Amino acid sequence: MLDPLVLIFLTSGLFLGWALGANDAGNVFGTAVGTKMVSWRTAAIICSIFVVLGAIVSGAGTSQTLGKLGAISALPGAFMTALSAAFAVYAMTKFGVPVSTSQAIVGAIIGWNFFSNSPTDMSTLTKVLSTWIICPLLSGVIAIFLYQIMKFSAKRVRIHMIRADAYKRVALIVAGALGAYSLGANNIANVVGVFIPAQPLPPFQVGGIILSSTQQLFLLGGLSIALGVFTYSKRVMMTLGNDLGRLSATSALIAVISHSVVLFMFASVGLETWLAGLGLPTIPLVPVSSSQAVVGAIVGISILQGAAAIRWSVLAKIIFGWIITPVAACILCFIGLFFLQNVFGMVVV
Amino acid sequence: MAPNLSLFGRTKQLELQIDSFFDKVSEAAVVFRLGVRVYLKEGYTEEFVSRLDRVVELESEADVLRRDIEKHLYSNTLIPDSRGDVLGLIETVDQLLSEFEDTLWAFSIEKPSIPEELGSGYRKLTNMVIKSVDELALSGRAFFRSPHDVPAYNHKVILYEKEADKICLNLKTAIFDSSLELSLKIQLREFADRIDGIADLAEDVADRLAIYAIKRLT
Repeated sequence: MLDPLVLIFLTSGLFLGWALGANDAGNVFGTAVGTKMVSWRTAAIICSIFVVLGAIVSGAGTSQTLGKLGAISALPGAFMTALSAAFAVYAMTKFGVPVSTSQAIVGAIIGWNFFSNSPTDMSTLTKVLSTWIICPLLSGVIAIFLYQIMKFSAKRVRIHMIRADAYKRVALIVAGALGAYSLGANNIANVVGVFIPAQPLPPFQVGGIILSSTQQLFLLGGLSIALGVFTYSKRVMMTLGNDLGRLSATSALIAVISHSVVLFMFASVGLETWLAGLGLPTIPLVPVSSSQAVVGAIVGISILQGAAAIRWSVLAKIIFGWIITPVAACILCFIGLFFLQNVFGMVVV
Repeated sequence: MAPNLSLFGRTKQLELQIDSFFDKVSEAAVVFRLGVRVYLKEGYTEEFVSRLDRVVELESEADVLRRDIEKHLYSNTLIPDSRGDVLGLIETVDQLLSEFEDTLWAFSIEKPSIPEELGSGYRKLTNMVIKSVDELALSGRAFFRSPHDVPAYNHKVILYEKEADKICLNLKTAIFDSSLELSLKIQLREFADRIDGIADLAEDVADRLAIYAIKRLT
């Protein structure tokens, strides 16, 4: 029998999922919606479906990495870790700043490590921190590469402007769907990863399929992301689409593709296995920031168009959000755990 | 898949409408030139009236197309980046058709007596003006498919407009050097200016197109 307290504890993860949906759907479809190429409603429906699919089908890889960073075995501890990350993300989203859920959860886990006197696995932390730099750079490089290809093709392929517009719309939807899938696969670890070691849910049978605790967590997390997309993502979509730099439909498409490719690279177990099979260095399965990926892509495109196209004040606001988010989540988690343990008498470690 | 199919269906229809709009411009230019030639050669005849009627028809058909294109662009939120530019282009090109119509109406209403020795000047002027409009129509079509080619066509529009100005100047000099009545001289000058004004308008549209094309390419 499921303990009702478990559901209460899970609400913080679901809250984080909601905040992720509200914030990161903007990264997937913000440029498309901001440039009016795709309606917000269409974007929200497609995003929700593919986020849930990505979480369930390919969410396992990155969850293991977070587990290595801090194995939170007590459910109340996981509750407070997710809650503090969610609050940090919610606060940033409230100010219309696209923030990183990955950074928030990493900050919160380190807060738990501090509180519980657990050593932080420095190799895993270094791996995660390095992706915070590599991710936007890689996305920017991919965007520049794609932009040059598009420019080269545009000179040689004579497609009517109206038809090209229709192709771009379909491409934006397909790229957005892939982006949402990659987001679900890569970022579900941020939402429910901290609950996995505690295994809070008993196996559940639907038809002939038995869902394990982890699978149920992925499904619930995916649904909470979808809820966030529908209830609160519009504002961030408009910030990314309009405020950072005036994007054309082509630039919007390139930004979404670059973002999706980067998230997929950091989430795909299949790609890791394939690279390992070829004897090549593998890409770490780390929950990366989709916000950083899309901002990196937009900055890459803007650099090609001339740096004047970038609104530096908005970019500075976004970077400030990236720095403040993990720090705030870490402090919030530490204080929250203190109260949970000493005021409510919960076992958090 | 139904929404995508309908999206491509609408796209195809709009492409055809835009092409058809520029066809009307090219055809109106040809008919206008024939109308002026007929007037210069034979005066106000049935053939001239039939040319005028055809230009009037083409102008109103182009108006219907323009409204449909504008409606499609805005009701289906197509080409959000460029629809303002397309709207501006279609509307200014449509003014050329109105100029063709108004000029032929002016011939029809005022029935100016053009002496034979000035006829070749008007013919040359009309030919040069039509060349500039033809190049503009090509430039307009290129804007939709290959904006890189727009500057080359625009260059010709400007070249022909300058030539038209020179011809117009010579024609007006010839008019005022002649022994015609002053009132007729003024009337003939106005007709020369009116025809030359079409090339000026073509040049204005070409200038706009140049900016629209740059915007598309960046």
